[in-house]
Amino acid sequence: MSDNLRTRFLSTSLIVGFFLLWEVLCIILNVSDLVLPRPSEILVTMYNRFPVLWPHILQTLSTTLIGFAFGVTIGVALGVIVGTSKVAYAVAYPLLVGFSSIPKVAVVPIFVLWFGSGTTPAILTAMVICVFPIVVNIATGLATTEPELEDVLKTMGASRSEILWNVGLPRAMPYFFASLKVAITLSFVGAVLSETVASNMGIGFVMMTASSNFQVSLVFAGLILLALMGVILYAIFSLLERRITGWATRGNDIAIT
Amino acid sequence: MNMTSNIPAPTLPIATPETTPASVRARSAIELQAASVVFGTGETAVTALSPTTLKMASGEFLALVGPSGCGKSTILKLVSNLIRPSAGVVLVGGREAAARKLRIGMAFQNPTMLPWLTIEQNVMMPLKIVEPFKRSYRQDKKGAFRDRVHALLKQVGLGDFANHFPWQLSGGMLQRSNLCRALIHEPDLLLLDEPFGALDQFTREELWQIMQDLYLDRAPTVLLVTHDLREAGFLASRICVMSARPGRVISDEPVTLPQPRDIATIYSPEFVEMTQNLREMIAQARSS
Repeated sequence: MSDNLRTRFLSTSLIVGFFLLWEVLCIILNVSDLVLPRPSEILVTMYNRFPVLWPHILQTLSTTLIGFAFGVTIGVALGVIVGTSKVAYAVAYPLLVGFSSIPKVAVVPIFVLWFGSGTTPAILTAMVICVFPIVVNIATGLATTEPELEDVLKTMGASRSEILWNVGLPRAMPYFFASLKVAITLSFVGAVLSETVASNMGIGFVMMTASSNFQVSLVFAGLILLALMGVILYAIFSLLERRITGWATRGNDIAIT
Repeated sequence: MNMTSNIPAPTLPIATPETTPASVRARSAIELQAASVVFGTGETAVTALSPTTLKMASGEFLALVGPSGCGKSTILKLVSNLIRPSAGVVLVGGREAAARKLRIGMAFQNPTMLPWLTIEQNVMMPLKIVEPFKRSYRQDKKGAFRDRVHALLKQVGLGDFANHFPWQLSGGMLQRSNLCRALIHEPDLLLLDEPFGALDQFTREELWQIMQDLYLDRAPTVLLVTHDLREAGFLASRICVMSARPGRVISDEPVTLPQPRDIATIYSPEFVEMTQNLREMIAQARSS
């Protein structure tokens, strides 16, 4: 426990130290706040403009989460299909790899072309960007299930769907949650990307407008808000992961002694 | 350590009449008619089991012994319908193995407990999957089924470990849970694939006794695959010896010692003589 506390203390002081160094270097080197505003200035801007920023925060969060939810649903469905069938795995894998290697920035203009600017392309970008890690992880989890575990249920006369529900899916859960942590961060990137290109709402849009008006401290305020939101979303999914798949890491959280 | 005498066994019917009519139990439980298994085709084909004929009556405890790679485990896989015979017929309860006429419980050499479930949930798994239990699983999983699992765990000395996860248990404890999972749904046919192989001598002897008690208590038909001759002699009512790859049954003898047997039996002259004979037979099978 004391080790844990020490790690926490060190990581907190690293974060604080980073911002302190930033502040101090800006003062010593006399950096113009048009280039790099000091953290204290950014904080003040964030506080003063918060009523204006709040709806944009909500917009970015909701598009991210809606896109993420769609992405997870589609990703799990595709992952189960690809992971349970050897044929589907062999046939679909090259196509999936091809899709996932497309830079997702490239799809934003297409979505804007189809759906106009605004919320829809942001949701769609958040969705497509997070589908592939989920598909690949679910499929890997299912495809690498030990045959012995499946044999246990087969000898009981279990159907294919019973084996999937009782062995395959629980076995794939650690893979699924590992991918969720990656996917939520990617969704977030996707939503902000689309807002930056084509939207009049969201933190991405705020940063775009602020930078064209040379409100540099507002740009940085947006950046820090994005980082905060990203960390919080990541933390939520880490917590869920530890709760649900503790058996895979033999975590002390679930040990009953 | 006679566990059946001081702890009453869970009072449950040995077989549910609707799934297992008396006529089925009276017929031979397992029948292999020139069943063989070949993996692959052409030049790379591997014969796992050459045509084998074997018959087992209900209530028998048959031990299959033989050198490794002779197809012992293949026979178990045929009976449990994990693989199909390449030629010949495998009848279980008078029907093809795929028809699942008999309720089967199986324990492998590895305990293969599902790591995300507690021991209780693992042992309860057959009740979730196998008819007729699965019909009432939702109502009974917190009540009757749970009591049943706990009673069986207590019988093998795991009463306090129901809520532990598999990785918190020792190898011997896991193997006990494995036996419980194979027995919880009162199978007509119990298939054991070297379940005591990876254990130390003392734990093994302890589990032999537990196994014998469970067998005498519930009277299923048991097919045990092992390469431990003393294990075969201690537990079985009949021993079949198989020849080396590709396997074939070369000897088929009943064990005449009365049951229940005591661990001390293993060191009696007639027991030693029996295992010596088996040993020579297998040694010959290996060299030929």
